[in-house]
Amino acid sequence: MIFSLAIWILALPLMMFLFLGLAGHKLKPATAGILGTAGLGVVALLSYTVAAVYFFGPSREGGLQPEVLFSFDWLHFTDQLQVKLGFLLDPISAMMLVVVSTVSFAVHLYSNGYMHGERGFQRFYAFLSLFTFSMMGLVVATNIFQMYIFWELVGVSSYLLIGFYYEKPSAILASKKAFIVTRFADLGFLIGILVLSYYAQTFDFITLTSLEGPVIGHPVGATFLGVSVLTWALVLIFMGGAGKSAMFPLHIWLPDAMEGPTPVSALIHAATMVVAGVYLVARLFPVYVLAAPDALMVVAYTGGFTALFAAVIACTQNDIKRVLAFSTMSQLGYMMLALGVSGYGGHDGLGFMASMFHLFTHAMFKALLFLGAGAIIHAVHSNFMTDMGGLRKHLPITHITFLLACLAIAGIPPLSGFFSKDEILVAAFHSNKLLFFVAYAVSGITAFYMFRLYYNIFWGVRREYPHPPHEAPLSMSLPLMILAAATIFAGFIPFAQLVTSDGQPFEIHTEWVVAVPAVLIGLTGILVATLMYKSEKTLPDRVAAFFGPLYRWASRKFYFDELYMFITKRILFNKVSSPVAWFDRHIVDGFMNLLAYLAQRSSFLIRGLQSGHIQGYVFVFVLGAVLLSAYMLLFVTL
Amino acid sequence: MDVPVHFFLMLSAAMFFIGVFGFIIRRNMITLLMAVELMLNAVNINFVVFNRFLYPDYFEGFFFALFAIAIAAAETSVAIAIIINVYRKIRSIEADDVAEMKH
Repeated sequence: MIFSLAIWILALPLMMFLFLGLAGHKLKPATAGILGTAGLGVVALLSYTVAAVYFFGPSREGGLQPEVLFSFDWLHFTDQLQVKLGFLLDPISAMMLVVVSTVSFAVHLYSNGYMHGERGFQRFYAFLSLFTFSMMGLVVATNIFQMYIFWELVGVSSYLLIGFYYEKPSAILASKKAFIVTRFADLGFLIGILVLSYYAQTFDFITLTSLEGPVIGHPVGATFLGVSVLTWALVLIFMGGAGKSAMFPLHIWLPDAMEGPTPVSALIHAATMVVAGVYLVARLFPVYVLAAPDALMVVAYTGGFTALFAAVIACTQNDIKRVLAFSTMSQLGYMMLALGVSGYGGHDGLGFMASMFHLFTHAMFKALLFLGAGAIIHAVHSNFMTDMGGLRKHLPITHITFLLACLAIAGIPPLSGFFSKDEILVAAFHSNKLLFFVAYAVSGITAFYMFRLYYNIFWGVRREYPHPPHEAPLSMSLPLMILAAATIFAGFIPFAQLVTSDGQPFEIHTEWVVAVPAVLIGLTGILVATLMYKSEKTLPDRVAAFFGPLYRWASRKFYFDELYMFITKRILFNKVSSPVAWFDRHIVDGFMNLLAYLAQRSSFLIRGLQSGHIQGYVFVFVLGAVLLSAYMLLFVTL
Repeated sequence: MDVPVHFFLMLSAAMFFIGVFGFIIRRNMITLLMAVELMLNAVNINFVVFNRFLYPDYFEGFFFALFAIAIAAAETSVAIAIIINVYRKIRSIEADDVAEMKH
């Protein structure tokens, strides 16, 4: 019954995209906005219903098993090789349906106000619908190939939306950068898919992850460079995930992606698309944890390093959206770390559960932060916190919701961030002490930079603004309030009963040894930020001077953009591409040009024969005939 | 009946090559037509002569000659029509002036 309606979760955004994309320019902008929002509202309701029926319906007995709602052959090559499209419902995809539809709905609603009066308003809604369709398709993919298709589709919609202001050079550059970097990572993903499916003989997720399946049940013996091919495949697949989730060293596109409109940053670059990498690892989690623990170690350390690295950079940025972007990277690293330290089944799968839990809560409060940042930018017309200050009187609703989100990300109870972060810390505590301390440090730094942001925007010196800042319209503040409610209450969702590594519920208990210091560290971070930034002082400058080169490096993002430019431009372009291009242009093309030139010259030589004088032709003909007859007479004896 | 066959053949060969020579040398298209007639008639002589000397009981050679004469008449009328049209177009019947079908 309700599951048969599930196809509309995919079909409705697609239809909306086609309709708004093809006929949008004939509609009034407001109509297009309302239409898009209403469509997404229906999708959200459907998603909630499907998720609720799945989690609390009759299938609950004996653990949550994956269910394929429908599936059809899309490409049928041979009986072994076929690509299907379908709709897979299991705990994580049901959870992601809720996340994507909630954030997407909030963003659709919010954009009615934020994008009001922009050129291409209808186009914006069309792209948002395309993105929602692609993300939903990715989430419910029944096989890794379907996931790859939708994976590229979200990449395209991200590209289109980052480059929405296509007349702004920086936006164009950012969109190209995002596309190329993630595309490069997807090359690894594709190779990983091919290797994995070659050995597993299937694309299907359920078969891949089943404990008796071809991958986990009968591990592949083949090795490459001394490492099992399965590990290679999973590390390559993780490379794709790392590209989408902006893990070090493929993170460079995410800060630049902030050139897109702020609602886009909230939807794609904070809450949904960037978690696709985490989701991918979670989707193949049994394979990682049971068949290739080495690959899982790579995931854990990449996540841990990125979390720390991005958090340090976030402390030094002045563009509020970039602070949030680095914070997103850092939190994604947290989720990866949690997956990396997790075991399989029951309480051992705590890290898996914690990662998904954090994904859920993070989506809510980070979308809230971005939408809040959008409201602030809308009011102040600047992205830089140096242009802000003392806004708490002007933007009361934004202020309160932003504060809630900051407290949540800092891990202060009873907000949602506390619960999910605490589970991650517990999981790390029980498996890897090094990563545990990294996670502790990151949580302190996170609290510090979030409150640095908060104080610089809402407190500090009161500036004179060219226009007095005003609170956002209802269409913008309503999504803020919805997400704030989600931020407050999401922590009480019993995730351990719902989303676990093997579908079996388990009991969690708060470990005070871990939780209390975590909260204290968060509070310390907040306290330091309060001392430094609550009122304008010289202290921040002195601290920056104290850290000296470290501060300078961090504020320049550790020169990674410059390093990549050096590698691509100086080494790849100059030393590899240019000689190859020269060879192609001069040797390969030159040979072809030579052939054409020779043919042309020789035809010039003989074209005089075609004189048009019939008598000339006759003369040659007769001459030929005479010569031929003479030859026959003299040399051929009949 | 004492005239040997090669006399006839020499006559026809001479006529034929006079026709070829004229066709190549002359410029006036009407003259070209006359040269073509010479060649055709040289062939007609050959037909008749061979029929007479090789197969005196049959008449195919004569009929072929008659056919060739009829067809030559038709061909000449077409050629004249073409020449008249060419003249109307370029005001000349010199063969060198009709050299449009070149490279």
